[in-house]
Amino acid sequence: MKFAIVVFPGSNCDHDCYHAVKHVFGCEAEYVWHKATELKGFDCVILPGGFSYGDYLRTGAIARFSPVMNEVTAFAGKGGLVLGICNGFQILAEAGLLPGVLMRNKDLKFICAAANLCVENNKTAFTSAYKQGQVLKLPIAHADGNYYADADTVKRLEDSGRVVFRYSTPGGQAAAEANPNGSAANIAAIVNETGNVMGTMPHPERACEDVLGMTGGRGVFESIIKGFAG
Amino acid sequence: MKARIYVTLKKGVLDPQGKAVVGALHSMAFGEVKDLRIGKYMELELDGASKEAAEARLREMCEKLLANTVIENYRIEME
Repeated sequence: MKFAIVVFPGSNCDHDCYHAVKHVFGCEAEYVWHKATELKGFDCVILPGGFSYGDYLRTGAIARFSPVMNEVTAFAGKGGLVLGICNGFQILAEAGLLPGVLMRNKDLKFICAAANLCVENNKTAFTSAYKQGQVLKLPIAHADGNYYADADTVKRLEDSGRVVFRYSTPGGQAAAEANPNGSAANIAAIVNETGNVMGTMPHPERACEDVLGMTGGRGVFESIIKGFAG
Repeated sequence: MKARIYVTLKKGVLDPQGKAVVGALHSMAFGEVKDLRIGKYMELELDGASKEAAEARLREMCEKLLANTVIENYRIEME
């Protein structure tokens, strides 16, 4: 199985993603520059974290107009798996591939921490290796991770099981004190209507090896790889 | 031709920056400030002669890039 890792000017988690996919999980991986107008031979596309275009105007607002995003949109439209991590999530939201927007954290600070997350839906292509309700720990590193969508949209996400990870207490409660950034309904990760595009603010790619102190992210890649193997 | 664009947060969307600034003003004894919301102001210089055509183009710019209409409103002023 072959992963594309899109590189925007200002991406800085592209190497982390490449390392996880290639060296930890033994899959093929290739960097794709954001100017690319072709996206062929890939089974999954990752939009990595970082600060594409310096976060100018709004996070992801300029990157979503990079030429490669036409290909990413077409790939997603055909059911291809697209995973947006952190800045990648912000880009997917700006591009309209996922609903809502990631706003400035409620405390206005860049947060670099380990967050507890509850798996809200393990029936997606990105979470099938987890148990429903499992609590995992993933790093977060963002200043704009405050998920916002209007009440109707949040309700639609909830009702259709599209909230995938929620910030929670270590016991799995989505309590207000477990919400690091002010996200609506403690939302940390969502999928699109057809379940093939996921956006997550926490970083699974940085939590795949014991040496890094956390392994809670392995499930995301194991789910994708398992799904591909059928 | 010159244009000015104001991008403001929609009603009901939380503005933590505005809240922090209100807090600062209050601590400086400007207690009369009840609310403050921070937006963006942009100045543009444009080619073209027709104001109507320019305004339609500016609207398109706002919808596509300059504002995120999920959370923001925009207002265009032309000289």
